[in-house]
Amino acid sequence: MNLTLKIWRQKDSKAKGQMVDYKVTEISEHMSFLEMMDVLNEQLVNSGEEPVAFDHDCREGICGMCSMYINGEAHGPDRGITTCQLHMRMFNDGDTITIEPFRAAAFPVIKDLVVDRMAFERIQQAGGYISVNTSGNTQDANNIPISKHAADEAMDAATCIGCGACVATCKNSSAMLFVGAKVSQYALLPQGQVEAADRVKNMVAQMDLEGFGNCTNTGACEVECPKGISLENIARMNREYLSATLKG
Amino acid sequence: MALDSKVPKGPIKDKWTDYKNKIDLVNPANKRHIDVIVVGTGLAGGSAAATLAELGYNVKAFAYQDSPRRAHSIAAQGGINAAKNYQGDGDSTYRLFYDTVKGGDYRSREANVYRLAEVSSNIIDQCVAQGVPFARDYGGLLDNRSFGGVLVSRTFYAKGQTGQQLLLGAYSAMNRQIARGKIEMFNRHEMLDVVIVDGKARGIIARNLITGEIERHSAHAVVVGSGGYGNVYFLSTNAMGSNATAAWKIHKKGAYFANPCYTQIHPTCIPRSGDYQSKLTLMSESLRNDGRIWVPKNMEDVLAIREGRKKPTELSEDERDYYLERRYPAFGNLVPRDVASRAAKERCDAGYGVNATGEAVYLDFASAFERYGKEQAKIHNIENPSPAKIKELGQAIVEAKYGNLFQMYEKIIDQNPYETPMMIYPAVHYTMGGVWVDYNLMTTIPGCYCIGEANFSDHGANRLGASALMQGLADGYFVLPYTIGDYLSDDIRTGKIPTDSKEFDEAEKEVTKRINFFVNNKGTKSVDYFHKKLGKVMWDKAGMSRNAQGLTEAMAEIKAIREEFWKEVYVPGTADEMNPELEKAGRVADFLELGELFAKDALMRNESCGGHFREESAELDGPQKGEAKRNDKDFAFVAAWEYKGEPADAVLHKEELEFKDIELKQRSYK
Repeated sequence: MNLTLKIWRQKDSKAKGQMVDYKVTEISEHMSFLEMMDVLNEQLVNSGEEPVAFDHDCREGICGMCSMYINGEAHGPDRGITTCQLHMRMFNDGDTITIEPFRAAAFPVIKDLVVDRMAFERIQQAGGYISVNTSGNTQDANNIPISKHAADEAMDAATCIGCGACVATCKNSSAMLFVGAKVSQYALLPQGQVEAADRVKNMVAQMDLEGFGNCTNTGACEVECPKGISLENIARMNREYLSATLKG
Repeated sequence: MALDSKVPKGPIKDKWTDYKNKIDLVNPANKRHIDVIVVGTGLAGGSAAATLAELGYNVKAFAYQDSPRRAHSIAAQGGINAAKNYQGDGDSTYRLFYDTVKGGDYRSREANVYRLAEVSSNIIDQCVAQGVPFARDYGGLLDNRSFGGVLVSRTFYAKGQTGQQLLLGAYSAMNRQIARGKIEMFNRHEMLDVVIVDGKARGIIARNLITGEIERHSAHAVVVGSGGYGNVYFLSTNAMGSNATAAWKIHKKGAYFANPCYTQIHPTCIPRSGDYQSKLTLMSESLRNDGRIWVPKNMEDVLAIREGRKKPTELSEDERDYYLERRYPAFGNLVPRDVASRAAKERCDAGYGVNATGEAVYLDFASAFERYGKEQAKIHNIENPSPAKIKELGQAIVEAKYGNLFQMYEKIIDQNPYETPMMIYPAVHYTMGGVWVDYNLMTTIPGCYCIGEANFSDHGANRLGASALMQGLADGYFVLPYTIGDYLSDDIRTGKIPTDSKEFDEAEKEVTKRINFFVNNKGTKSVDYFHKKLGKVMWDKAGMSRNAQGLTEAMAEIKAIREEFWKEVYVPGTADEMNPELEKAGRVADFLELGELFAKDALMRNESCGGHFREESAELDGPQKGEAKRNDKDFAFVAAWEYKGEPADAVLHKEELEFKDIELKQRSYK
């Protein structure tokens, strides 16, 4: 198929960016979206132009590196997938496709479609861990029985890949699904109880400091999340936060 | 230099304990005066960085991704082995040790493997304490599953995302130390050289991938945990950015590179669909438990299927060649990875591949649907069920077991694998070879360590499923933090390593020179052009089966590609900005050298072992005719290569392998 691409080009974090049009031809419907971008870039390199910078790595939907806003949707028009898992069969010959970076005040553009997600790192550093040192004599793993239900729920929360689609898709640029998922994983496990109150307070404080917006329950984040992280995690975080602040 | 593996004396089961009791330690007050650089933040690098920082060292950690959490360990699906014997099925440290040595086709170092098996239990304890949500049973205890090539259930898992959860555990431990200031994290940085001062590794030169700035970082020791070199084939299941640059740079500065030809080619991957293909996707090995692998018996059917005139489901049983069941009646579809991969290649080379590229075989679940369906009908007291009902009942069982994999397949290939058999083909997945290390995980450069997939140490010539995660975390959490202390205890009075020395000047100058070359060369061909060309030579001549003629040609062809690369490569953009093409150019330049050494190593090793199959070394007759033949008399050694300029001039050093605790046997799956 032949396509017109409208792509955000921005030389660096300080430069003013703009949408630029490109044409690609003979795109196979079996290609992945990023392979289509590879074709474009090879074309640009061969004609002496600068290729489009975009983040990507594992190309199997688990590393969370890829981050494109395609036709107004984080990770494009398919559900439960990342940009790298999107295939060209979702598009038609002659289509015009708009490709932008994930946009949020807390995710400044580095170059073209590459954004800086260090805010997520700092939130994790504020409390996204259990304070246990490595040693050869922690208690035996089976000394901490955990109900299957709690373990499965913690696992569902822990599958977050930290891509930032929730932020990019939210009209408030809220990071509550991301933070809620991490808070929930530990809140559901006995190992996480000891530090639960401090964790949620510190992570939420850092989230606010980074300039993410608030949650107004539109649920767009859950729809766009490639891993199907549930809104329940935001509710759980709010409960945890309330009880932590009431305890003082 | 003679290779000294530094394996401690004494019975194998006491070596590690005795060793730990006798090594020198660094006092906690002195640790804060010692700096350690860790390159790579996957399971090995991430766990090492966190643990070293917990101990009190000042750690500088480097990742080319924008977060340590994105290292490619994240993509591991199946699980992690540990000799816990929670299932009471007779597992033990010895059994895990034995399985790993045998699975590696007797080409690994016994003492290292035993230690790996010994610390495996600690890994599970540690990860659970960190909050890793492993799968559990209804009693609240940890669940296990079994994996290929072993007789016990010792694999711990977190859905099909075990690598992700283990890495997030190590990442959380790192975050705690980053918050305390004990780890200084350098995201979007790439190590471009190691700096040697007075014969010791004392720092690195790194490039900030956002600004292009070249930076000097000093330390008392350098740890490389940068993963494997599977992308030398261009197409592999590795991440796009996975590269050998850090490992290759230390090789060029004196670290021997061991067994580069040991590569694992995984049998169950989604086939290529065209020349634009950028990477390959693995489907879990577990599918072979219920799928039967076949190609058509008759060439007319192959052509009809390729042209869309016939559907695979239209072929009757006697028109199908279940070639694994035919060749290996005892193990059938469950032969080890290397055997299954070679058999698929043999059929496709003979022209029986079932897709347009001719490189695909069927993995068919129809008989599993029927088997499970009949069983379910019986359980639910359904009398005389129709074939459709049986299929429906059976599909539900298969869906419960592998639903997510079937869905992933459908997303990529756009065919429903419940209705038509899956197509699979082998793909490069893991590299057992790597930087040579001694028992302390130190390379032949004093103060330079190598851990995880980047080193050669534990898997011999073939790795068993669910053992890569185990090795990465064993090295990082439980081995390196001890062994490095023994070395660093000599550095308590050294003080900070200055970065304004002539050694740093020279290293930086070389790095800058190369970068400037790339952006100024203005050649005619893109980096990918050369990478794809290299990948094709590697795959055709140093892939699943190798021979002397092909390997000799491969060496010459890779050299020619390398020469053309340095003349004709074109890198757009400048050095002082984010420039992905420039990053790729440096990595491909290193692959172009590594590939030639790989072929040289494969040529030298005139035996078949594990993932390395030499056509000249096969059984000539008898029941094993055509199968791989190991040669313990001449090749029971580790091949460690010393860099001498051109890869073809590399000098071979042998570490003879002794098997005192395990008897050497030829593998048979007939």
